[in-house]
Amino acid sequence: MPLHDTHINLAHGSGGKAMRALIEELFVDTFGHVQPEDSAVLPLAALASRGDRLAFTTDSYVVDPLFFPGADIGALAVAGTVNDLAVSGACPLALSCGMVLEEGLEIDTLRRVAASMRDMADRAGVSIVTGDTKVVERGAADRLFINTAGIGVVPDGIALSAGNARPGDQVIVSGTVGDHGVAILIARNQLALEAEVASDCQPLNGLVGTMLRSCPAIRCLRDATRGGVATVLNEFAAASGAGILIRERDLPLREPVRGACEILGLDPLYLANEGKLLAVVPADAAGSLLEMMRSDPAGADAAVIGEVTREPAGMVVMKTIFGGERIVDMLTGDQLPRIC
Amino acid sequence: MKYVDEFRDPARARILVEEIHRLVARIPAARGRPLQIMEVCGGHTHTIFRYGIQQMLPEEVEYVHGPGCPVCVLPMGRVDDCVALAERPEVIFSTFGDAVRVPGSRKSLLKAKAEGADVRIVYAPLDALALARRHPDREVIFFGLGFETTMPSTAMALIQARKAGIGNFSLFCNHITIIPTIKAMLDSPDLQLDGFLGPGHVSTVIGTRPYDFIARDYRRPITVAGFEPLDVLQSTYMVLKQLADRRCEVENQYARVVRRDGNGPALAAIAEVFELREFFEWRGLGSIDQSGVRLRAAYAAYDAERKFAVANISIADPKSCQCGEVLKGIIKPHQCKVFGTACTPETPLGSLMVSSEGACAAHYSYARRTGSPTVPA
Repeated sequence: MPLHDTHINLAHGSGGKAMRALIEELFVDTFGHVQPEDSAVLPLAALASRGDRLAFTTDSYVVDPLFFPGADIGALAVAGTVNDLAVSGACPLALSCGMVLEEGLEIDTLRRVAASMRDMADRAGVSIVTGDTKVVERGAADRLFINTAGIGVVPDGIALSAGNARPGDQVIVSGTVGDHGVAILIARNQLALEAEVASDCQPLNGLVGTMLRSCPAIRCLRDATRGGVATVLNEFAAASGAGILIRERDLPLREPVRGACEILGLDPLYLANEGKLLAVVPADAAGSLLEMMRSDPAGADAAVIGEVTREPAGMVVMKTIFGGERIVDMLTGDQLPRIC
Repeated sequence: MKYVDEFRDPARARILVEEIHRLVARIPAARGRPLQIMEVCGGHTHTIFRYGIQQMLPEEVEYVHGPGCPVCVLPMGRVDDCVALAERPEVIFSTFGDAVRVPGSRKSLLKAKAEGADVRIVYAPLDALALARRHPDREVIFFGLGFETTMPSTAMALIQARKAGIGNFSLFCNHITIIPTIKAMLDSPDLQLDGFLGPGHVSTVIGTRPYDFIARDYRRPITVAGFEPLDVLQSTYMVLKQLADRRCEVENQYARVVRRDGNGPALAAIAEVFELREFFEWRGLGSIDQSGVRLRAAYAAYDAERKFAVANISIADPKSCQCGEVLKGIIKPHQCKVFGTACTPETPLGSLMVSSEGACAAHYSYARRTGSPTVPA
């Protein structure tokens, strides 16, 4: 039975023919690799040939609005989980996709999101192999929520951890910071700001592969999503019992992002990114690694932004553009715009 | 970014810092105790911490972080009133962002929102008025706070609301006025300030003339300052230069936007809508005569305090909290008994720990460590 409806209704989640039509046409056909059983079954031998450990992660996506410059909730749901696997040192292989749909959601919207998920999966070289769909009554969800889980294989000899940073190590960011956060703020249209900023949503597994092949001794790797660069650096410092000193002038920042932050009193260090990572690397490897990263489009604006210090242990300090110094702390809640 | 980078040039900063060092050596008072310069405005406090300016200065010069963070000086009873208004089912309570975390005696607006109150963060009073137009079946209250900086935009929203006959919009007015506050600080017996950085944004509205009494009657130098780090350094230099020359004048470093007589249309909008209250309660400072404003009778229909029953009960600050002494510059944030222990940005006891402009929050976030980062050779 082909899908004739224009909007999601409760029948699409009932387990009957309407649900079957929705899943077949929108997900199975679009995703291309979904196995028509209760579980996707993956041969162990193929996994074992790539490494000696399995990485497994999950993340839920509830972004508002669903579409914004540079990406959408579907692209985010694939890239986000791929990146969580990648920064664990894993080669991402297969994803699941769980959808919670609000009654009344336009089917065309869902079609666009599914197509975008497939595109991002192809870019990242992963397959969406299993999924689930639920429909809830109007008001019980905000249009569309997506959960993805992913598995990947960690090659032998790779041992990344936030606790590995050592004094003298260099800190690298893979590109401009804050693009996603500002793109979302502008897309929500609460600011009456006009600036051309697109989300940086992109898969990082290609870049991470290049980095680890060039320098297997990379100490720490994390993608700087919610909470931004500041939060990840604080996690590194706390887990490693070391300090981190960064230099404001070396932080890659797009002009419109900087402008938006100036106007709103926001700190780009705390803005979300969806395609940027931070790496702590041994000092002697930093130069060649940076060169390697910059040759990859996903790392074109990569920069060394600071180094690991002995003191103050567990803290991140920034040398300001002006020549002073300040602490870069964990955020207490959301960043709130100041009064004046 | 043009027009901003010029004001953050580290090379110029170095020159100014050297000048300041030379100057301080010439000021006799500097030999006994540190020279205390109060930055009245929370925006300056933010700049000083964000760019690490205090550590660039000689030890003989100390910034005292003044009462100019409107969120910080809001008494707990007023926060309770906000929460009570926000919890009325017919109300949409609209507020600037950094006010939502300020603790009341029972809860903050953020907590009230989680419990079901319709609290919305807006960026301007006119956004709140737009909310009222979009929701004619609800009562939209705007939580107005701030000094003369934010008063004109609140006034505009009310003037427009009255003109358009929008009946479901009102203001919970907590606007405060700067001059009586500075006067109260100067009259305080335990204060020993040597000079002031004048508030830049307030002065774009009121001009520099209202500060004349500071130089004339209290013999203290004041320099109205901009908010970029070079502005703050240059203004600090100008205050110190006055001290070295034994002058007491009102100077204007922020001349690119501040005029001697302020902004006429903005002042007219304020005068149209607001009148002085006999007194207003300040957190940490107590009651200050004629330091707050309320709506004029012509705007009574837009006054949330008249439209809804507002308890207006005054609640004492927690006993352990020393916000008042920090505000007056008697102690530094880290000298407070509960700083960083019972009172942190996660669990603020005092309001100075809440807003990023609050002296304690700024100190906690940007400056609480001692010593410099050490890198192995």
